[in-house]
Amino acid sequence: MTANQDHKENTRQTENLLADAAFLEDIRRQMIKFATLQLGDGHLAEDAVQEALIGALKNASSFGGRAALKTWIFAILKNKIADTLRHKQRVVNASSLLREEDEDEELSELFDRKGFWQQDERPVAWGNPEAFLRETHFWRVFEACLERLPPKQARVFMMREFIELDADEICVAVDLTTSNLHVLLHRSRLRLRECIENNWYLQGERNDELP
Amino acid sequence: MMNCRNATRLMSEAQERPLSTTERMSLKLHVIMCSGCHNFKDQMGTLRLMARAYAKRKNEPMNEK
Repeated sequence: MTANQDHKENTRQTENLLADAAFLEDIRRQMIKFATLQLGDGHLAEDAVQEALIGALKNASSFGGRAALKTWIFAILKNKIADTLRHKQRVVNASSLLREEDEDEELSELFDRKGFWQQDERPVAWGNPEAFLRETHFWRVFEACLERLPPKQARVFMMREFIELDADEICVAVDLTTSNLHVLLHRSRLRLRECIENNWYLQGERNDELP
Repeated sequence: MMNCRNATRLMSEAQERPLSTTERMSLKLHVIMCSGCHNFKDQMGTLRLMARAYAKRKNEPMNEK
């Protein structure tokens, strides 16, 4: 087969896949979930997913199958999310900032009055993470812990760690001072750490209770 | 001596900005004596690794249901 025929064949396959309602619906559902987590807004997520899918349909060429196509669509989506986060000022309004719990109350579960770890909250050694990063169950725990974070903490954490925006970019995007951002990231890491430890490490790395 | 709340705050901030020499020294002193914060320090790196792996995983095909 010549390169040109090969290319045509791939394009046809991709077009078939994009016309496959079940495949599209499945990938759309995953995209919406991924985008909603990060944008904290269903409408913005729908828009980003829509744009990513349109981009994919427009350029349906040289993707030889389901695997490559999905990787590519998610790469487009990640760029859309980054754009949305960068350009959307004040994604979170002031009232939702006020609704976040009181800091002292939140941290008092973890630290005593002098600011030292409560006995049963002291972090334990986690050991080598490489082994479990391949386990599907670990990722279910991770995702559930992420979903339990207060929305604003989750959002800045994901902007920082998933989209890899730097601190200044995040401050502009969500209208925060640097010091507010540090506080939010500190809290999100404390919570996420605790949740992962309790539901993965202290459960013998198995816990089917977690939703 | 620095307490654990402030130590964890600095260790979190170190993920966003370089710490000053004074901050580094006082943190080091605390972490040597506090096993909880010692573990927390390692976990900051692990958490970042997990987050990056999670985002990457989402970009990869055929990985979950």
